[in-house]
Amino acid sequence: MREVAVAGVGYTPFTRASGRPVLDLACDAALAACTDAGLDPALVDGVGTHSVGQDSEPAQAVATALASPGLRWVVDLAMAGQAPCHLVGLAADAIATGRAEAVLVFRALNGRSCAKVGSARFPGRGGPYRYPIGYGAYPMYIATWANRHLHETGQTTDDLGAVAVAHRRYAVLNDRAVVRTPLDLAGHRASPWVAEPFRVADCTREVDGACALLVTTLERARDLRRPPAVVAAAAYRAGPRPGLDLGAHVLTDDYTRNFTDLVRDELFRRAGVTPADVDVAELYDCFSSVVLMSLEGLGLCDRGAAGELVRSGALPVNTHGGLLGEGYLHGMNTVAEAVLQVQGRGGVRQSARHDVVVATSGALMDGSALVLTRDR
Amino acid sequence: MNTPAPPEPDHDSGPFWVALDEERIVLQRCAGCARLRFPPIGRCPWCREPRSTWTPVDGRGRVYSWTVVHHAFEPAFADDVPYVVATVDLDDGPRIALRCAGVPDFGTRVSPAFVRHDGWTELRVVPDA
Repeated sequence: MREVAVAGVGYTPFTRASGRPVLDLACDAALAACTDAGLDPALVDGVGTHSVGQDSEPAQAVATALASPGLRWVVDLAMAGQAPCHLVGLAADAIATGRAEAVLVFRALNGRSCAKVGSARFPGRGGPYRYPIGYGAYPMYIATWANRHLHETGQTTDDLGAVAVAHRRYAVLNDRAVVRTPLDLAGHRASPWVAEPFRVADCTREVDGACALLVTTLERARDLRRPPAVVAAAAYRAGPRPGLDLGAHVLTDDYTRNFTDLVRDELFRRAGVTPADVDVAELYDCFSSVVLMSLEGLGLCDRGAAGELVRSGALPVNTHGGLLGEGYLHGMNTVAEAVLQVQGRGGVRQSARHDVVVATSGALMDGSALVLTRDR
Repeated sequence: MNTPAPPEPDHDSGPFWVALDEERIVLQRCAGCARLRFPPIGRCPWCREPRSTWTPVDGRGRVYSWTVVHHAFEPAFADDVPYVVATVDLDDGPRIALRCAGVPDFGTRVSPAFVRHDGWTELRVVPDA
């Protein structure tokens, strides 16, 4: 089995209205990732992506527009924020076993100017009982989990505020971030309610844009422009009854633990590290509560101690400002930030220690996670 | 005045909605493991048994969690905000998300209420006094 690394990342600007087709955004980010790595795009033989509803373009369309000479591997997941780490894991498996050499993984959408996933209606058997009664938007579902989680763990909306404030501090330092006005706890407390316990400051901002990663063998990555971000392990987990659609969680028993609780042991065991080894955590944060739940689920702190960990600043979390600050690229940008941190390219946001970075994708019943490590 | 889009009863859900029009609540009781299912679906998510029998339940239960919705994500609910959606564990087993009259607490006992809309009936809950 060959070792695998992420060799480069690419972004378009994140905007309120790109005015451009999603295919153009996808191609720009994909080419930017190739340029970042210093790899000829003609050598790409795999493309992986994901979409919600009809909000993106097929992987083959991107290969076409990039004048690909041919593909040996393609994956197009009908999956939301659970997908990015999972896609990197699937690409890594293909590369490790010799079924692909260089894979582009991307997410592209006009998520602000076109259909917004936050208020989208998901197809499936659960929706008909939610939409007619006004239980029809993603913030409401995660708010219901967050309310119970805060209650059982003895945390409060000020712990959500700690997440929002810490993320904003990084976002202020991030040129790519779409929300860069400074925020303190008083500002969080004054932020208008959306769906309790969430205020506006607890919610991600939907954006137009694209983000891509270039995944290849560690051997090849060592010859490219950037330090390799070694894929130490990736894992996906869903527990029993993960639901009939993205908003159908009434078949889940425990709203206070998400998929990170299930994925933790396998992820760290296969990566050959422990939670104590983690230097930086890049955690999917469509809403602030997910950061608390995922810190606890991954074992990066005790249950109920996540807000305190965030306040302490002892562990760098979401150094790009999170999806709360940088914008909602469905967490592909979360993984890209993990790559930048491992590579030591975080600039003013760079963590001093960056040997082991954990990233997650997903918020509730199911999701994926990734451990990236520095080379050698 | 906007009104919410009505449910679209289908093979699985038809009996549930028809019963609500008669101010009754029915759920599928699994022929394999005897659990009640919600949402109605074609197989039991605990034992994969397809067969079930529509069974009356009283709709009483306890609030597991809730959210107070302040932002109307659809115009149809603009006149309703703020409103509560509670996740209720029915005494008969299943968990269900329903509009709730008033802000509950964790574990608050609730009873069913039937709200008539144009062409369909919505199941809600009311906190017990």
